[in-house]
Amino acid sequence: MLSVTEHKEIEFSADLISKFEEIVKRYPEGKQKSALLPVLHLVQAEYGWVSPEAMDKVANFLQIKPIEVYEVATFYTMFFLRPQGKFVLEVCRTGPCCLVGAEKIMNHIEKTLGVKEGEVTSDGNFSWRGVECLAACGMAPVLQIGPEYTFYENLTEESVDKLIENLKSKI
Amino acid sequence: MARKLLLENINVPGIHTFDVYRQNGGYRAVEKALKSMTPDAVVEEVKTSGLRGRGGAGFPTGMKWSFLAKPEGRERYLVCNADESEPGTFKDRYLMTHIPHLLVEGMIVSSFALGAKTSYIYVRGEMMPQIRILERAIAEAKNAGFLGKNILGSGYNLELYVQPGGGAYICGEETALIESLEGKRGNPRIKPPFPAISGVWGCPTVVNNVETIAAVVPIINEGGEEYAKVGIGRSTGTKLISASGNLAKPGVYEIELGLPVEEFIYSEEYCGGIANGKRLKAVVAGGSSVPILPANLILKTINGQPRLMSYESLSDGGFPTGSMLGSGGFIALDEDQCIVRNTWNFSRFYHHESCGQCSPCREGTGWMEKVLHSIENGHGKMSDIDLLVDVSKKIEGNTICPLGDAAAWPVASAIRHFRDEFEWHVTNPKAAMEGNYGLAHYADPLPKLEEEIQN
Ligand SMILES: Cc1cc2nc3c(=O)[nH]c(=O)nc-3n(C[C@H](O)[C@H](O)[C@H](O)COP(=O)(O)O)c2cc1C
Ligand code: SF4
Ligand code: FES
Repeated sequence: MLSVTEHKEIEFSADLISKFEEIVKRYPEGKQKSALLPVLHLVQAEYGWVSPEAMDKVANFLQIKPIEVYEVATFYTMFFLRPQGKFVLEVCRTGPCCLVGAEKIMNHIEKTLGVKEGEVTSDGNFSWRGVECLAACGMAPVLQIGPEYTFYENLTEESVDKLIENLKSKI
Repeated sequence: MARKLLLENINVPGIHTFDVYRQNGGYRAVEKALKSMTPDAVVEEVKTSGLRGRGGAGFPTGMKWSFLAKPEGRERYLVCNADESEPGTFKDRYLMTHIPHLLVEGMIVSSFALGAKTSYIYVRGEMMPQIRILERAIAEAKNAGFLGKNILGSGYNLELYVQPGGGAYICGEETALIESLEGKRGNPRIKPPFPAISGVWGCPTVVNNVETIAAVVPIINEGGEEYAKVGIGRSTGTKLISASGNLAKPGVYEIELGLPVEEFIYSEEYCGGIANGKRLKAVVAGGSSVPILPANLILKTINGQPRLMSYESLSDGGFPTGSMLGSGGFIALDEDQCIVRNTWNFSRFYHHESCGQCSPCREGTGWMEKVLHSIENGHGKMSDIDLLVDVSKKIEGNTICPLGDAAAWPVASAIRHFRDEFEWHVTNPKAAMEGNYGLAHYADPLPKLEEEIQN
């Protein structure tokens, strides 16, 4: 689902473009479409989400049709199609994590931040959501925060409180 | 102490760096293969080792390699599957975090064997820290002359790249992974043609799991015959097991295949028993996709033989009383866990992750999730239980890729072994919402710790 927002022209920085160009070199001549996922990750790291305008620009850069970008951005769960909080807490909600208390952690985050899953706090700083198994089930419960996907393991309600305080101090 | 072939040096400080890894015998396999072996000889060595794919299916690696088409003048590719998204599996993350050069070394030797000049490691996008670690390891190896042009003067050229995924379990399926590497949605392809004939960009391609590629290093160092002496029967070598759930010491363990399950769960060397002195109720032994087994059947086969951690023993009894080794994701459930809730959670996962191409998978997973949700929340009917079995049967074997089976088996096996718990949810909806069915008759044959002390 693409969100309807005001159309805002964006311009990729020279630095970002040169990173894109480096990535394209990894693939054979004419197979530059393969760069799509790594490029979208860079766009999201820069802007916090992938906007329709950014997707059109990516299509233009890779010389593919805009629909080829939209269909990929909507398929993969890591790409945000709407603006998110500055920090997005992504908590694993899959079986093994639930065996050791992931649901309690999600309830606690919902209460502490005061927003439902997928919503952004009124100050624009936080959002959270449940995600599927993060390949860290032995250190459960776990959450990650992009764009570098830092990991927080063996969560307790107390460690989550500390983490949120810590993040607030960085704003 | 059991033999360790992959994680032997895991605790050496700085082993993630090239220098320390090299000082501890690293990159010997590259030297040996490139300087003294032909590519075919490397493939033969892997065949002799009996190594089987560690990604879940257990297909013999040497045989898979020998299927690779080698038309003249056509590129061929090796792609490492580091998508690791099967619930309960986290060994590849562990290996890449702590000993990344083992994977890089394995990729060089394996690419040489297959005649690939460009290879990719497809890492799930959420593992950004591991992507950075691998990129650094690759740069170090290249700097030292183990990658790039004319490696060690052998005339062999290789470039190795890391490709991030985007958060989709289905991209672990090898043809979906190939589509994703091409910059597309992760929709699995119809086979044939198999990737060995037509894979990435239509070129012959081999896809192998991280642990499989890593195992090539000790195989070349010690020889396939030596490797085959470790393990049991057709389950040769060692295996990384990801242990999670209600265990005293969850984590990644390298075991010699053939280790008794009981020893793995209860010995201090491995998981140290069930957490908080509770009793074991059930185990999912090979990642969420494999059939769940009650405690008594995971510890002993239906014939009363001790169950071993091997491809053969874990599947002993077939689906009626056995399971599978799968990816080695070993999930333990204690006496306080609800089987219905766990099954619903897994169903929700598969519904969420279905790519939507085949109607039995797309619709069936959603249906199973809905029915399980209503049973778990006190709105179930007795007929729902048979309905679930029926839907799971209609998915199984009727889809393009094995995700359909992976979604069907957990539901079918949970009902097979824990039907009374499902029925109890239907007949006692209020009690089921507030309490737990408990251990019931799935008794863990081993006594609780306190009872042991008292007696
Ligand atoms: C839905 C699905 C998910 C899979 N996920 C993974 C995965 O995350 N990692 C992996 O190595 N293999 C995964 N596989 C298995 C791969 O398709 C393939 O068999 C494997 O990568 C081959 O490597 P191997 O022979 O070294 O095991 C998955 C298969 C299916 C059907
Ligand atoms: S079985 Fe499911 S995941 Fe696999 S191709 Fe069909 S719809 Fe997609
Ligand atoms: S189930 Fe949460 S990390 Fe695997």
